[in-house]
Formats: sequence, C-alpha cells, structure tokens
Amino acid sequence: MNNILNEIGIENYIFLSTILFCIGIFGVLYRRNAIIVFMSIEIMLNAVNLLFVAFSTYHQDAQGQIFVFFSMAVAAAEVAVGLAILVSIFRNLGSIDINNLKNLKG
Amino acid sequence: MSTILIIFCVLAAITLSTAFLTIFSRNPIHSALYLVICFFSIAGHYLLLNSQFLAIMHLIVYSGAIMILFLFTIMLMNLNKENEVHKPRITRLGAIVSFCLICIVLILVFINSKPIIGEYVHTGEDYQSIKVLGHVLLNEYMVPFEFASILLLVAMIGAVLLSKKEKTGK
Repeated sequence: MNNILNEIGIENYIFLSTILFCIGIFGVLYRRNAIIVFMSIEIMLNAVNLLFVAFSTYHQDAQGQIFVFFSMAVAAAEVAVGLAILVSIFRNLGSIDINNLKNLKG
Repeated sequence: MSTILIIFCVLAAITLSTAFLTIFSRNPIHSALYLVICFFSIAGHYLLLNSQFLAIMHLIVYSGAIMILFLFTIMLMNLNKENEVHKPRITRLGAIVSFCLICIVLILVFINSKPIIGEYVHTGEDYQSIKVLGHVLLNEYMVPFEFASILLLVAMIGAVLLSKKEKTGK
C-alpha cells in the first residue's frame, strides 16, 4: 500500500474531486428543494476533503488531514444550524421551496 | 491495469453516479439514501489512501450524524412529491450549460498543468497514524482545536434556539 499514488496517480484524484465539486454546483443551481441544495453543499465539501487527503498522502504530511478534521467540524455545525433554520422556515411558510423566499426582493 | 486502479475506478464510478442520483431523484428520502452511499464510497477512497482514522471519522460524522439529521428533518417536514415544483426550463438549461462549462474548463486546466506535477516519492515515514495525528493536532493546532469546540457549542445552542417554538402570547 505504500506506492498507492504511483499506481493511481494524483491527477486521477484531482479529476474525481473536480467532477464531484461540479456536481455539487449543478445541484445547487438545478433544484428548488432546499434540502437537496444542502446535500449538494455537503457533496462540494466532501470533494474538497477528498482532495485534501490525496495531497496529504502526496506530500506525506499530516496537516492536510488535520484540516479535514476542522472542515468536518464546521460542516457538522453548518448542517445543524441550517436544518434548524429550514425547520423554522417550514413552520412559517409551509414549504421549503427556495423560490418562495423573496421577502427581501424589492 | 493493477488491482488498486480497478478498485479506484469502481469507487469513483459509485461516487459520481450516486452523487448524480442524489440530485436527480424526486423523493428527498431517496436522495438522502443515495448520499449515504456516496459518503461510504468516499470513506472507501480514504481507506485506499491508507488513512484509516479519517475514514472512520468520516463514517461516524457524515453517515452517522449528518445523514440521520437530514433524515429526521425530512420526516419532520412531510414533503409530498406532488407539490414539488421544478424550476422553469430556461433555468434548468442554464444550470446544465454552466455545469458542463465549469467541468470542461477545470478539467482542461488540470490536464494542462500535468507536467508541473512531479514524481511521487515515498520515504517510508509514518505520517497518518492516530499517534502522529494526535501529536500534530494537540501541539501545533491546539488553539484551532479549542476554537472548534467553541464553534460546536455555539452551533448546538443556536440550533436549539432556532428550532424552539415561540411562546409569544398572541
């Protein structure tokens, strides 16, 4: 298992996480359901985490993985607060369609 | 084609296809389940890169905590498939076009930057066992570690306050 990047190549990981990140962007643009938008944000965060771990293996440095821990903590906090906001939006409006949220539009 | 490359290709195919299915499936519960499979395959990638502790943490945090939170929220909301409205066609077309453009541009950039990527040299140094990770986390990154705990505490309080029912007497 020592020469894993010799066999796979770092560029394959770069391509994989690029496509995964683009899928996340696509989900944010394509769907109106706010929960699916949240899931797309999670996909984007995971794409970046995967690239962090791949480059941590590439440089043989633990700091990339430490950064992934912090980004996991931030993702967990973000999801907890975001879903609480979604629940209160659903209580007030009766739907979580993001096109209904245009109270600030003039 | 070596075995590791085949495993990588299978895992990558599972990751990308379940990520697409997450976005395209109508029922939000199906989306959440596909996302769980996507997270499992990403944990498989971490295992392939030989970082076991991170893979376990990823499984516990994402598949264990975050997806359960998602599923409970979906159950609280009682979403029906009938009243789900799609975006207008022009917006969806714009989303697809921008997805293809971003993908092509980024991949072409990375393909052209390939000669800069040097050869991978392995020195045999231990850098991703739990012991080393704990040393680095609690020595060099002590202050961010404590701030992460404050962040989680604030997020917990905020979630409780936001989702509490208001008891105004009107």
